[in-house]
Amino acid sequence: MNFSLYDFTSFNQWIDKFLNDNLPAFWAVAAEMVIIGVAILLFYALVGLFLVYAERKVCAFMQNRVGPNRVGPFGFFQTIADFIKLMLKELIYIKNADQLLFNLAPFIVIIASFMAIAAIPFAKGLHAIDFDIGILYVIAVSSLGVVGILLAGWSSNNKYSLIGAMRSGAQIVSYELSVGLSLVTIIILAGTMQFSEIVEGQRNGWFIFTGHIPAFIAFIVFLIASTAETNRGPFDLAEAESELTAGFHTEYSGIKFAFFFLAEYMNMFIVASIAATVFLGGWMPFHVGSWAGFNQVMDYIPPFVWYIGKTFFVIWIMMWFKWTFPRLRIDQLLTLEWKYLLPINLVNILIMAFIVLMGWHF
Amino acid sequence: MKEVINLPVKNVEEEEYHINMGPQHPSTHGVLRLVVSLQGEIVKSLKPHCGYIHRGIEKMCEKDTYPQIIHLTDRMDYLSAHINNHAVCLLVENALEVEVPERVKYIRTIIDELNRIASHQLWWCSFGMDMGGLTCYFYGLRDREKILDIFEESFGSRLLHSYYTPGGLMMDIHPDFQKNVKAFIKYFRKKIKDYDELLTGNVIMQLRSKGVGYLSKEDAISYGVTGPSGRASGFSCDVRKHHPYGVYDKVDFNEILGTKGDTFERYMMRMNEMHESMRIIEQLIDNIPAGDYTAKMKAVLKLPAGEYYQRVEASRGELGVYCISDGNKTPYRMKFRSPNFSNLSALDHISRGVKIADLVAIGGSLDYVIPDIDR
Repeated sequence: MNFSLYDFTSFNQWIDKFLNDNLPAFWAVAAEMVIIGVAILLFYALVGLFLVYAERKVCAFMQNRVGPNRVGPFGFFQTIADFIKLMLKELIYIKNADQLLFNLAPFIVIIASFMAIAAIPFAKGLHAIDFDIGILYVIAVSSLGVVGILLAGWSSNNKYSLIGAMRSGAQIVSYELSVGLSLVTIIILAGTMQFSEIVEGQRNGWFIFTGHIPAFIAFIVFLIASTAETNRGPFDLAEAESELTAGFHTEYSGIKFAFFFLAEYMNMFIVASIAATVFLGGWMPFHVGSWAGFNQVMDYIPPFVWYIGKTFFVIWIMMWFKWTFPRLRIDQLLTLEWKYLLPINLVNILIMAFIVLMGWHF
Repeated sequence: MKEVINLPVKNVEEEEYHINMGPQHPSTHGVLRLVVSLQGEIVKSLKPHCGYIHRGIEKMCEKDTYPQIIHLTDRMDYLSAHINNHAVCLLVENALEVEVPERVKYIRTIIDELNRIASHQLWWCSFGMDMGGLTCYFYGLRDREKILDIFEESFGSRLLHSYYTPGGLMMDIHPDFQKNVKAFIKYFRKKIKDYDELLTGNVIMQLRSKGVGYLSKEDAISYGVTGPSGRASGFSCDVRKHHPYGVYDKVDFNEILGTKGDTFERYMMRMNEMHESMRIIEQLIDNIPAGDYTAKMKAVLKLPAGEYYQRVEASRGELGVYCISDGNKTPYRMKFRSPNFSNLSALDHISRGVKIADLVAIGGSLDYVIPDIDR
């Protein structure tokens, strides 16, 4: 076995070979699926818990507060304590709610985010599945979440929830366009939709640098649109605490609420991962043209660390947004998308196509 | 056991639906209940239902002596408690024709203005929160704490002070009072810039508040909208200017007047009033004359039979106290004209045709305190 922090391919092949040597082919595949599933589930839960903690700390720093500091060192286990509390909490039975849809909704939301995480490359050779249409798959899967939100709002039999769900529907359907189109800009530059190849294409410079101004514009648009798509502030109209109490999840309690909560943070992680992978080079280290020594030092940092660092940088930007800006109104939100972001995006794609055709990119 | 109660629905167009905002709702600032008729997201009309925190303060006043009444007025608009106290004290003093020492007048004016700043700070917090900017809340509270510390140092309480008594003050100010107030003003002049950077100058905030929730001057007058909300519509209603009390006739300050009458204008009124209040305090703080902190008063105060009215400028508008005395030690009838009640009455008029989000912002800009509405 040849385990390396820099390339997981041989490690994966070793596991594959080990299972195939000891099990029939069908059971080997089944075992692999279970291993991957459990690994992703663990990762999902850990990242979710950590993000909730991180958000609390970041928000506390922005607001002159200390943040959680009682449970464990620096309050690190606060979210775990909270999660235990949420699991033990009573699930309130809503009398006039549509029980089937009401119970189904949180699962749809969480499954959508769970599926999206499968396609993301965490390091070289460390991804569950490497589609040749990876980006398309992620966009398609992450937009399933809105179905869960709409169901939650509709089945709760609560007017606040319904307003929140309708807002969310309008918002996600609109901003999906901008997310997709800003990624198309980069697809034109990269010439592929496969995540591993996109990352590989950034070996000599991240797309945000090599793609001239259009790539930068696409990054900004993606950041705005994906913040809106994940229902986070300043676009958190679906929850809009001061208007709709808690929006679509007003009636949920206990673990079902925790699912929505976790899914929100994981969606944030997923869009940040995509931003990091597509614009900031994924797990590729930071290289500067001819500085051989500098590049070598950068290469020593494992790819996984690069990936996590970039992702959390994007997440931090999104948290910064949330805790600084007031909330938009629904008509302004749609105006921003349809009158500003969409035209900018379309022009941006044209410019990018032109640049790629002329070979002006680096 | 599934029984659906069919409530009769009257005079409602088919496509309208109602939601109850409150009594438990994050942005009604207390236990106000607004029955909002909506068409999609658009507010068609709304009906405020008050009374959830009605404590019968006016009736209780009839059983209490005048010094006791002061403690009840704290509980009306608890964010401008000093100013409420001031109204009752002035009423009693004017009725008894007591000459209050100059020192008392100066201290009362300074503390009223400090209270106004503290109240506007809390308004800024909650307005930011209504807009969805949660960080504002902590910035505002952080600075309000400094004022409360000054209050606590001088007379021990932070929210419900009851510091003024008929004829003077409960006790003298703390020796460090002047120093601390000056330090606070120096501090807050810097910090108020943060407020502007965080919220006032924000594009989203300006987009959401400019041109939204328009109240004309005529409507402001006919609804009796006073205070910063009324002045935003150009209704010159500052009691401090028109009927000066305390030492407001001796200080140089501007009545902040607006023209546009929208949410943003109401916002700017309060921001500018904080600057004006600091100016007033700066003019007075070094000139507090020496002397007694209270005039000589009788042990039992009995107002001569008759009707009395006293108005002061509370931080949310004109607070009027109307009192009928039959010569006893308790009033025969006490009536408070609370600014929030009148301001709330304009809410339906202002917010017809706006979105739910704007309704919340308008509510924030009117800055109602529910215990003052219900009393």
